Amino acid sequence: MDKVKKITQKRLFLPVFCMFLVMAANIIYDVACGEFAFSFFTISVRNGVLYGRLIDILNRGSEIAILAIGMTLVVSASAGTDISVGSVMSLAASFCCMLLAGYGVSSTTELAVPLIVGVLGGILMGCVCGAFNGTLVAYLNVQPMVATLILFSAARAIGLLLCNNLIVYVRNDSFKFFGGYLGFIPTPIIIAAVCVVVMALLLKKTALGLYVQSVGINKKASRIAGLNSSKIIFVCYLVCGLMAGIAGIVASSRISSADSNNIGLNYEMDAILAVALGGNSLGGGKFSLAGSIIGAYTIQAITTTLYALGVSTDVAPVFKAIIVIIIVTIQAPPFKAYMKRRAARKALAKGGAAA
Amino acid sequence: MDNNVVLTMRGICMTFPGVKALDHVDFTLRKGEIHALMGENGAGKSTLIKCLTGINAFEAGEIRVDGIDGPVVNHSTLDAQKKGISTVYQEVNLCPNLSVAENLFIGREPKTKIGTIDWKTMVKRSQKIVQDLDMDIDVTQNLEEYSLALQQMIAIARAVDMDCKVLILDEPTSSLDDNEVEKLFKLMNQLKAKGVGIIFVTHFLEQVYAVCDRITVLRDGQLVGEYPIEDLPRVKLVAAMMGKDFDDLASIKSDESPVFSDEDILIDAEGMSHKGTIKPFNLQIHKGEVVGLTGLLGSGRSELARVIYGADKNQTGTLKVKGKEAKINAPIDAMKLGMGLLPDDRKAEGIIGDLSVRENIILALQAKRGMFRLLPMSKQIELADKYIDMLQIKTASRETLIKQLSGGNQQKVILGRWLATDPDFLILDEPTRGIDIGTKTEIQKLVLKLAKEGKGIIFISSEIEEMLRTCTKMAVLRDGMKVGEITESLSQETVMKAIAGGDK
Repeated sequence: MDKVKKITQKRLFLPVFCMFLVMAANIIYDVACGEFAFSFFTISVRNGVLYGRLIDILNRGSEIAILAIGMTLVVSASAGTDISVGSVMSLAASFCCMLLAGYGVSSTTELAVPLIVGVLGGILMGCVCGAFNGTLVAYLNVQPMVATLILFSAARAIGLLLCNNLIVYVRNDSFKFFGGYLGFIPTPIIIAAVCVVVMALLLKKTALGLYVQSVGINKKASRIAGLNSSKIIFVCYLVCGLMAGIAGIVASSRISSADSNNIGLNYEMDAILAVALGGNSLGGGKFSLAGSIIGAYTIQAITTTLYALGVSTDVAPVFKAIIVIIIVTIQAPPFKAYMKRRAARKALAKGGAAA
Repeated sequence: MDNNVVLTMRGICMTFPGVKALDHVDFTLRKGEIHALMGENGAGKSTLIKCLTGINAFEAGEIRVDGIDGPVVNHSTLDAQKKGISTVYQEVNLCPNLSVAENLFIGREPKTKIGTIDWKTMVKRSQKIVQDLDMDIDVTQNLEEYSLALQQMIAIARAVDMDCKVLILDEPTSSLDDNEVEKLFKLMNQLKAKGVGIIFVTHFLEQVYAVCDRITVLRDGQLVGEYPIEDLPRVKLVAAMMGKDFDDLASIKSDESPVFSDEDILIDAEGMSHKGTIKPFNLQIHKGEVVGLTGLLGSGRSELARVIYGADKNQTGTLKVKGKEAKINAPIDAMKLGMGLLPDDRKAEGIIGDLSVRENIILALQAKRGMFRLLPMSKQIELADKYIDMLQIKTASRETLIKQLSGGNQQKVILGRWLATDPDFLILDEPTRGIDIGTKTEIQKLVLKLAKEGKGIIFISSEIEEMLRTCTKMAVLRDGMKVGEITESLSQETVMKAIAGGDK
């Protein structure tokens, strides 16, 4: 019993538990359909690449996972959210494609500049957006929601301007790589993994985690203790922009184009949700990167599962909302306290009966 | 229930992770009584009160309140208020961004016929409340416009106005100056005459003997006893609180006053100032010198120190550290020059509540080292353990969140944070506020020890006696200006005279 208790009290218990719930739903569905019970987990190689629902979730969830890294830092340090990441993704994609295709060109098979220039350009554009948000929040003390609202509404339009109001197609195999495959593994999975590992190492090997949490919990006290609170918040937004840039490149590469109006649409909500599902308080302070990443893939798992169940794209958000409500309720402190009281009462009743 | 008794608590038990915070504690409060609740840090005073007001859920025991049948269990402060139990906490728990009137009536706003807030009545009634307390403030201004002391008085005014049977004052005087304390006492006596039972938690012994009728002493979560004030002279009270006789506070400083040469100048401030808080001042601090900053609350004593440290930006003049001109733009610059500042507002500027004791202790040292030179965990643990041991911090473990510690122990953690950076020059702003007598002596001894090691120290305290015991020089401040220095014949009288401004 004690062992069970110990496990349930772990910080990451609930996010992981939720992930398992989603997986269980898949298994039940598969059994109900008379299919092999673990078809959800089956990974096979078709056409020389990995194939399976699990791979699909990992692959499609890459962008959200990458965004969740930056969002976690932003939430922790500034007790606010960056709602511009989806739009910044789109802007980064547009800029990248514009560089690759050349201004005003709507479709190309030849790259106008070396691939690396385009990609780095896109990522750099993400950083610039992050720096813009960071400056507003950290140095001008604008509320995060308001500050990032600017790029939330403007970034897509800037992207369109850059692309001369066109959807720019870059039909070049080298550009497809980022949304395609490296050997038999989907590249997005690798990119997301690299981002996560780099951030995890930064958190483990440097004092970044301590700094960010400290500033998020008490900005004034952190300053007195020698931290440059503003700079730390700025860096968090910068990283968030960087991640949005990377996610933008991946999303754009998947469809070989820069569709300004659709790339990263509503991704900011998924990224914020991932942080919340990971058991992190949106009020800032303590955070768990692992929680956010698990949260990100949980969201993708829900989406993929719904599609697998045959729920149409239009109504899927409704079911998604219901599932999210359940997950968030389970994690809410009052609910936890209620369960604890109930368990205590039960134990008492049991003890009374025994005596 | 006895007619005269307004509140009884019987056998209250409460456990924090790893600590038995309260162990079968009894407490009785009578009508029209000022009852002191005494004990050292972590003795369980605040916890007991939080059990009463519904912030903590106690595990065993019973609370009875006059006029209510059956045992009372409060689930929130609001709950407690409805039952006639009002509280003013150690730290001001009001909303700084709301007006004074709003703060006074929050949660119980007067309503008009159609159910909206009746602002006119609210302001009118607020004005009456503050006038009754001789406070000269504009109730429509935001609370944050007023000093901490005034905010505290407003918190008390709010509690008083709620027709309470039991008024709990948890360290209300720790941020008040003598004048304001006097006003508060007058108010307490008025309430007492009305039949309100007052629970008074404080560390100031003089205040206990000035107003209280009865004393209940706690130690390590257990009840030591309840005594009428006449039966418990100071020495006995201290002995009861500490469980032992303590050595005389007065005897810790050696009599011979040290001599400093110009070569030993550590800090040389010339014409430094910050607009609106402190006018230009000069100050020299030598190695091994303890300089006291004294003055009434709001006289600029904290602000002066903050300018030197760079917490508030210096706008004029120059600062020389060890003879070299120093440019300080932010606290980190000051830290790199070997400075440290223990701020007076512990909650707002000291603790990082959701971080552990260990993280709080190493924070400043880590900041000094920079982000990329993370202190190895073994070193962090070593440091944390060292200061928990050295400062006798009462905590369940080094990984306990600092917000779970009692106020005094939090203060010790912050002190540990600065000692860990091994500073040459340390500014201690009210380091002993909210700290029990035993530890107070320890901290004073520590200050003298640090000075002996050649460190320069600025010591700020509301208690003149405490400064007399530690300081070799005192700078006197009045109305945001440094008005003088006292180096010879330091005594309560001379200092008081200087603060008051002599015959002018």
